[in-house]
Amino acid sequence: MNKEISLTVNGEAHTVSVEPRLLLVHLIRENLNLTGTHIGCDTSSCGACTILMDGKSVKSCTILAVQANGHSLETIEGVSAEGQLNPLQNGFKQNHGLHCGFCTPGMIMRATELLASNPNPTEEEIRWGISGNLCRCTGYNNIVKAILHASATMQGLEPASTEPQFV
Amino acid sequence: MPVQQCRAWNRLPPNPSLFNINNYQITIMIQCKTSKEISGMGHSMKRKEDGRFLQGKGNYIDDLKLPGMLYMDIVRSPYAYAKIKNIDIEAALKVPGVAAVVTGKDLEKYGLHWMPTLMSDTQMVLPTDTVMYQAQEVAAVIATSRYAARDGREAVRVEYEVMKPVIDAHKALDPDAPVLRTDKPGKKDNHIWHWEAGDKEKTDKVFAEADVVVKEHMHIPRIHVSSIETCGCVADYHKVDNHLTMHMTTQAPHAIRTVIALVAGHVGLTEEKVRVISPDIGGGFGGKVPVYPGYVIAIAVSFLVGKPVKWIEDRSENLQADSFARDYHITAEMAGTKDGKILATRFKVLADHGYTDASANPSKYPVGMFSICTGSYDYQTTYMEADAVYTNKPPGGVAYRCSFRVTEAVHAIERITDRFAFEIKKDPAELRMQNFIKKEDFPWHSPTGWIYDSGDYHAGLQKAMDVVDYYGLRKLQVQKRKEGKLMGIGISTFTEVVGAGPSKDFDILGIKMFDSAEIRVHPTGKAIARFGTKSQGQGHETTYAQIIAEVLGIPAENIQVEEGDTDTAPYGLGTYASRSTPTAGAAAAVAARKLVDKARKIAAYLLEVSEEDLDWEPGKFTVKGAPEKVKTIQEIVFAAYTNHPQGMQAGFEATHYYDPPNLTFPSGAYICVVEIDKETGAIDIKRFVAIDDCGHIINPMIVQGQVHGGLTQGLAPAMYEELLYDEAGNILNGTLMDYLVPTAIESPSWETGHVVTPSPHHPIGAKGVGESPTVGAPPAIANAIVDALSPYGITHMEIPITPFKIWKALHDRGVV
Repeated sequence: MNKEISLTVNGEAHTVSVEPRLLLVHLIRENLNLTGTHIGCDTSSCGACTILMDGKSVKSCTILAVQANGHSLETIEGVSAEGQLNPLQNGFKQNHGLHCGFCTPGMIMRATELLASNPNPTEEEIRWGISGNLCRCTGYNNIVKAILHASATMQGLEPASTEPQFV
Repeated sequence: MPVQQCRAWNRLPPNPSLFNINNYQITIMIQCKTSKEISGMGHSMKRKEDGRFLQGKGNYIDDLKLPGMLYMDIVRSPYAYAKIKNIDIEAALKVPGVAAVVTGKDLEKYGLHWMPTLMSDTQMVLPTDTVMYQAQEVAAVIATSRYAARDGREAVRVEYEVMKPVIDAHKALDPDAPVLRTDKPGKKDNHIWHWEAGDKEKTDKVFAEADVVVKEHMHIPRIHVSSIETCGCVADYHKVDNHLTMHMTTQAPHAIRTVIALVAGHVGLTEEKVRVISPDIGGGFGGKVPVYPGYVIAIAVSFLVGKPVKWIEDRSENLQADSFARDYHITAEMAGTKDGKILATRFKVLADHGYTDASANPSKYPVGMFSICTGSYDYQTTYMEADAVYTNKPPGGVAYRCSFRVTEAVHAIERITDRFAFEIKKDPAELRMQNFIKKEDFPWHSPTGWIYDSGDYHAGLQKAMDVVDYYGLRKLQVQKRKEGKLMGIGISTFTEVVGAGPSKDFDILGIKMFDSAEIRVHPTGKAIARFGTKSQGQGHETTYAQIIAEVLGIPAENIQVEEGDTDTAPYGLGTYASRSTPTAGAAAAVAARKLVDKARKIAAYLLEVSEEDLDWEPGKFTVKGAPEKVKTIQEIVFAAYTNHPQGMQAGFEATHYYDPPNLTFPSGAYICVVEIDKETGAIDIKRFVAIDDCGHIINPMIVQGQVHGGLTQGLAPAMYEELLYDEAGNILNGTLMDYLVPTAIESPSWETGHVVTPSPHHPIGAKGVGESPTVGAPPAIANAIVDALSPYGITHMEIPITPFKIWKALHDRGVV
């Protein structure tokens, strides 16, 4: 028995009829064709599906679509205009905070809430803050740098050099 | 030619007070021949591919939707070894949306129920009577939606007659062990192959006469690549024109096309009727090299129903059924003198391949490059032998970010080297310095037949020691031990062997391991370049563009790189084993040089001088003695289409298939510093310094990113990752909740640096870097931990070294 739900995604209102068991991540990817939100596991471990729900980062594989009824969602497609990068996206680009790009949207959505709640985090706070998101490629060093870069930019400060530092 | 200094890098070590580190700094200079505008080699150009990934516009396999597409889900065996008594599909066929259920018997009608592995073994696509490992594919359910396919899967009823499996590789050759591969006529045991290298007689003699002999048994456990994207495909067969487009997460699209034609040519899918497209890949690490049954089933179903079929693995399926690496049981021995000279080594390997030998290795090297196990040291006596066995586990043997079993070899040599140093009470750094191959001895002929191309091992280790203040740390260690604290310093000085490979020795299924580049420059001076490799995050779109920019002087920004479509790209063997820069990168440089040769002819024609009167620097020709007479590469390319000399072919393009004359031999010197909490066994990595030599560096930013990632995938098996099976063959940690992929918390802040000895045979002196850190890091970490525990007589710990193992080792010795 399908259920009709209404929700806002990236500022756009949608009314959709869904199976009650449909996962939110499948609604986003399959029904709304927003494929920037990825699926990397089936145990809520990897965080590739992280989106914002009413400003809070959530793993959209762990929420049913019907639970999003009446809520406002933001996905990676909504964080900047096409062809433009917001400070976090730019931080990732400038600091080589991504390799294959698969975990990247989830990382950015998680970091969005992290910086909203803590605009000037320490390295340790960032590491704990993204510890629900797995990245297999980068080793995290440059993801941390990317988030620090965005934090500085968003506070109007000069970010640290983006040149690679070697011993 | 103007040579510009791109930049100087320097860095103070983090937390200088923690280990009383001297606040000195080292500066590396990289000389760039090209301007930032051109961004050839040495520039940390920001990546060209990042835009789409950052905006959620990547094109990964599960993002693809085709009209009329069906979804496939797979019924998997709960047992490691069982006869299939019956498969009841009636209930599944009644599930709304389910279109078909396919079993091995269905595929058998078309001769598609078996396939060859990359090592010329055989593997079931779907079983007709027996399952050989837990999570093996048993049947496939095809439906109109993902959810309906899963519902159908749950409704399939399979009756099994469970048999006693062979799980322990050590018992696989017991006389009473059941023979697993009864499908192989005449097979009387579970032995797959025997392989050896070196000189047994000479080695045994040196060991018999040596002052000092040390020995350790080591298990390099089964681990899983766990790229964040799992495997999947969309098989799209069109009956009307008998054509298959296979969209697929593959690191080797061309080789896969050939394999598909080999498997399905007899039903009409010959190679010209198959197109393989590998879209953006969410990490590979070797796991996306082989052909897994799911791919073949999807092709078969699409072929039978004439509609596109999508198959995407769940993470748990991925963790339980494919993409496994390692599982080598190694006995390592070293013989030497009391004053520290290494005289000989001896290695015995038992390789657990699971149900079939589906390793991704070059054909002539079933044990991969394991014979690099003599390491970075100057001695000529060694013997290694390896035997592989079948067990009731999923097929293993993919790389996990490693060039064909180098990781196993490096762990063995670097651990046994430390064991030798411990035995004779010599500092492990000094022992290494004493035994290193000297830089003037390159090219160096190893006792197992490798010809190391270049290196400066003394400089690498010296640099790492300087950066950490090695002797200061040793003093600190003495002090900490007096306070009852556990501190360890571990070294790994490894040599890798990558870039397979020279065609005289290296092939996969008979196809030589060359790779290719095709460069087409358009009339306005912008280019497209296509390659036989396939990036999975390594940044090929940027790196290859920079190589071409370096040679041709066309800005890297104006060079579009494409890979992964067998209809458009030249044939190549793909991206794995750190081979892209050594092979396809070399092909790009050679193809670009061919274009410079053509450009010279056109410039001479345009400037009305002879070719010898021209000077070239990337981007332009000038007339000798008349520097105002210039033709830029853009002007020359335009002329190639609008005003080319009579008799010359129009256009401006070149292709090269590069067959490397030798492999490349990157090396590294890694130092890891740990503190261990005695009461809990908790390990704290205080510092990890990695000095790599990957030859000439194309993009320092990307190289450093590769090293960071590789180190983290070295940390993982050293301390966290191991797939565990019980006696019945049940996987005990087959989800990401139990299989511990390191997060940002577990991963230390890596410190990286370089020494540079260019490969003398590579066109741009590069060696490849993506995997060195995965290879080199585990023994550095293990050596540090064993060093910390050594006052209690502990000489070895099996990886992954967990707090519990440490606590138990200390507890067993009455320390805690």
